Parts: sequence; structure tokens; C-alpha cells
Amino acid sequence: MSELSGLYALWEREFRIFLRERSRIVSSAINPLLWLFVFGGGLGSQVSVGNLNYQTFIYPGVVVMTVLFSSIFYGAYVVWDKRLDFLKEVLVAPISRVTIFLGKVLGGVTDGLIQATILLLFAPIFGITYGLNLTLVYAFLFILVIGLVSVGLVIGSMMESPEGFGLIISFVNFPLFFLSGALYPLSNLPTWLTIFTAANPVSYGVDAIRALMLGTHTFGIFVDFVVLLMFALLMIAIGSLAFKRMKL
Amino acid sequence: MIIEIENLTKRFGDFVAVDSVNFSIQEGEVLGLLGPNGAGKTTTLHMLATLLKPTSGTAVVNGYDISKESALVRKSIGIVFQEPSSDDLLTGYENLKLHALLYGVPSSVRKKRIEEVLRLVDLTDRRGDLVKHYSGGMRRRLEIARGLLHNPKILFLDEPTLGLDPQTREHIWGYIERLVEEQRISIVITTHYMEEADRLCDRIAIIDHGKIVVLDSPESLKRALGGDIIRLEIKQPDLDALKKLDYVKKVDARDATLSLTVIDARSHLQEVLAVVGRVESVELHPPSLEDVFLNYTGREFREQEAEGGFWERAMTMRARK
Ligand SMILES: Nc1ncnc2c1ncn2[C@@H]1O[C@H](COP(=O)(O)OP(=O)(O)OP(=O)(O)O)[C@@H](O)[C@H]1O
Ligand SMILES: [Mg+2]
Repeated sequence: MSELSGLYALWEREFRIFLRERSRIVSSAINPLLWLFVFGGGLGSQVSVGNLNYQTFIYPGVVVMTVLFSSIFYGAYVVWDKRLDFLKEVLVAPISRVTIFLGKVLGGVTDGLIQATILLLFAPIFGITYGLNLTLVYAFLFILVIGLVSVGLVIGSMMESPEGFGLIISFVNFPLFFLSGALYPLSNLPTWLTIFTAANPVSYGVDAIRALMLGTHTFGIFVDFVVLLMFALLMIAIGSLAFKRMKL
Repeated sequence: MIIEIENLTKRFGDFVAVDSVNFSIQEGEVLGLLGPNGAGKTTTLHMLATLLKPTSGTAVVNGYDISKESALVRKSIGIVFQEPSSDDLLTGYENLKLHALLYGVPSSVRKKRIEEVLRLVDLTDRRGDLVKHYSGGMRRRLEIARGLLHNPKILFLDEPTLGLDPQTREHIWGYIERLVEEQRISIVITTHYMEEADRLCDRIAIIDHGKIVVLDSPESLKRALGGDIIRLEIKQPDLDALKKLDYVKKVDARDATLSLTVIDARSHLQEVLAVVGRVESVELHPPSLEDVFLNYTGREFREQEAEGGFWERAMTMRARK
């Protein structure tokens, strides 16, 4: 009983704080828009992918980028909770570590999906029509974000300082982003690059969202679904373990 | 016995932080843990609260084994940590509600209970303010209220008034006293303040290097010193002459201060002054806990201050910047 109410309480806390930090919401929306207008617009004046304008082509990739960065960064809040000893208050409560982990995940998923929604409001500007299946877009983002938030939380559970956390995630974020096909099509890549992109779960997120928005894909939406689901489940397992092992 | 501790030991690597500690606490009792920095007070509390696993030994809290029945132990206790542990981006009320949900306080009584503890610590009219706008003392009061919210049988207070001004400290002592009186709750409190220990505690355990050195009521501890204290400011004391006086039970020299434990000190004062040498100032008082502490640990109590007071931490650790 207190597991369920505890889960809700932990989620509610994250959500309240997210709403209170409006500057974070705004800044996290500005970055991807800059990518779309400046990078997409600049390169788009020269380049197109198939019959798609480059800006339109990278739009799904930038949506995924937004949730990628915000989800991994979300792990920093575990480090903050440790710093402030708030974590002890949660760890000493009569609820399981798995519940604590899942509460954090739900909070991070909510943050990520709200940020994606802000970006989705701008979709028509970049040539995406709303004829698309939004429910499926959210379903895929949901599964992807569960996995990514868990990655951030696992890293956060192991770090002592926010600076250390910042350093580590820059080594995680950029490979995941640049090797995901967010900025280029995955077909016809050199073999060595294909190995990396195929091993990167984020690629399947980009592939799925791009398939839903633009109708072009590399792996196919069913493969994307299976890979992302496995990624999410695996990360939940690893994250639960990491939280169980977490020392004060 | 509400708490029974048996050979409780905690090692960090080779370092023994808590060394075979044994004691028990009665229902409704307030027990003070006094000790210098790094003595193992916080580590002991964390083991009792099931946040740290003991290396060996065990304890029974409210009838539950801390190693095997941690969930039941957790429901029985409330704890106020040494460092700030409320979320400063939530309001006072929201912090309490979060706690109530984490502890499964039924929704039918949740609101009423939150109002009760808010009233107890006089925070009713500030309940809607973000904790980051609270003063150090208000924050501490909120955390005490939170520790009480789920009606625990036992409350652990880790340096509850550390770094607070004397007035706020006085206030918090008042709340704690009322609590013991009205709710018959058992309390384990660690502190750096003599006055606090003297005023609040039924019994005091002095802990040093992870070991309990002595455990008794403040009165017995003082009486056990066996005399009054004469404190002298003196540059070159004649220690040999003092040793010849059989009514001088103990001599403690540090820097330019000499502390003597003297039987029937009043009538022997003139004789002591006559032999000890040129004295700058004299002070005679019945033994205080300070003297007890000095006697058992060889250290002055007032030198002890946990690193970075609560308030300092509260100021520097503004979360989520
Ligand atoms: N996680 C840890 N790893 C290694 N050593 C630790 C750890 N936690 C505590 N210690 C050490 O154990 C000893 C006891 O620490 P503890 O925090 O219990 O002391 P304390 O009596 O509460 O001191 P203070 O009055 O400063 O709060 C200290 O020497 C401390 O450095
Ligand atoms: Mg301590």
C-alpha cells in the first residue's frame, strides 16, 4: 500500500519541481529549435535527403535528441538529492529501493515527454503534418525515455558530485546522439559506422519516430519496437539493481 | 526495552567507526550520545535506522531486528538527520505530504496529522512557503515535525540544534520536552551542546573512538567525578606541589588552564592557591557535563563542532542550481 502511494509521492515531487523550474523548460526547448533553424536551415539550403528537405528530415532526430539529453541529464537530480541528504529521507522510508527507482523514472519520463510536446507544437513549421499517429509517437517516445532516464539514473546513483556527473554524461550523450542517425540517414554508411549505429538503442528511437512522421525507415517499426522495449526492460533491471546497491 | 543494542560494530575498510557497542533504552527515555567529532554517533544512528548494515552485532528496535525486519523498524522510527534533508523546492506542507505518502499514512487522517505536527512546531502560517525561504531554525523544526508525522515510537535526532542561534535552540528544546511529556516517545539524541544534553537527557552515553566510555544519568556522571572543579588560569603551575595534596583527585593541564577536581573544594581553595604558583584567575564550580566530558575523553567539549554547521550547509547546498 505504501509502495503505491510512495511511488505516486515520488513522482509528484519530481513533477512539481519540474513545473517550478520554468527556466529549465524554456532553455530545453530553445536548444533543439536552434538546431532546427540554424543547423537544419543552414545545411538544408544545400542538402536534401531523398525528396525531403533536410530540415524536415532531421526534425524527428531533434525530437529524439531533446528527450535524450534531458533524460540522461535527469540523473543529476539523484546526485543533488545525495548532496542535500534528501536521499536519506527517502531511503529510510518503509518502501523498497525498486519503488524509489521507479518513482524517479516516472518523474523523468514526465519531464521528457513534456519537453517533447513543446517541440511537437512546432512541427508544422518544419513541414511535418499532423496527419501522423500521435499516439504511436508518444508510445515510442515513452519506451525510449524509460530506457534513457534509467541510464541517467544509473550514472547518477554512482556519482558523488554534480561536476563528475556532468563530465561522464558528456561522454555518453554525444556518441549516443551522433551515432543515432538523427542527422543523417543510416542507409549506405561505411560498415564500421553501421556497427555502431546498429548497437545504439537511440537509433531505433529515431528510426521509429521518423517512420511515423515521414514514412521513411531503416529497421522498420516492428524491429524498433522490440529493440526499444528490450532496452527499457534491461535498463529498469540494471537501474533497480544500481539503486539497491547505492550507498549513502 | 524499546531499543536493545548488542555488540554493534561498523567497519569502513580497516577503520572501526563503531566498536562493539552495547546499551539499551527504555520506553519514554531520552538518551544522549555525546562524543567528539568522528566518534561514531551518526554511524550508530544510521545502523539503528537501517540505513547502514552493521559489520557485526545487532540491535532490536521496538521489538524488531534491524538486520532482518528493516521495514518494520522503519515504520517504528522517525529520524532527523544531521544535515538538511528537506526538499527546498517544495513547500513545508508538500514536504510533509510527501513523507506521509512514503510512510503510508492513511488519507483519512493525513491532513489532520500534518496540521497537528505543523502546529506543534509553530509552522502553520508558513506551511505554503518554499523551504528555501525558511530560516535554518524553521527548516530544522520542519524536519522534526516530519520525523513525528507517522507517529513513530522512537525518534532519532542527530544534532538537532547544530549551528542554530541560542534563541532558536531554546525553542527547539521546548518542543522536544513537550513531546516527551505529551507523547511518551523515546528519543536518542546526539549533540555537541552540553547544555542540551544536560537539559533533555535522562541518561547520557559518552562515546569516543567508536566505544561507549560511560553511560549514566547526568547527575551520577557529575557526582562520580568525586569533587568540585577549580579552574585556574596560570602560566607556570607547580604540578608537583599539587600532587602532594591528597584531596586533589585529578589534575588536567592544557595551555594556560588548569582544571582540578577537588574534594570539598571550598574549604581547600586557599591551600591550593598557596602552593600552585602565580594565578591569573580562579573559578570554582560544581562539576558540569563539560568536566565529565573532559574527564572521559581528554578533550574540551566546546571545541567540538561538527564540520560545517547545519545552517552553513543549508545555505551552500541550495539544491538544483
Ligand atoms: N561511509 C564512510 N566511509 C568511510 N568512513 C566513514 C564513513 N562514514 C563515516 N566514516 C568515518 O567513521 C567515523 C565516525 O563517523 P560519524 O559520522 O559516525 O561520527 P560522528 O560521531 O557523527 O561525528 P560528528 O560529530 O562530526 O558528526 C569518522 O571517522 C568518519 O570519518
Ligand atoms: Mg555525526
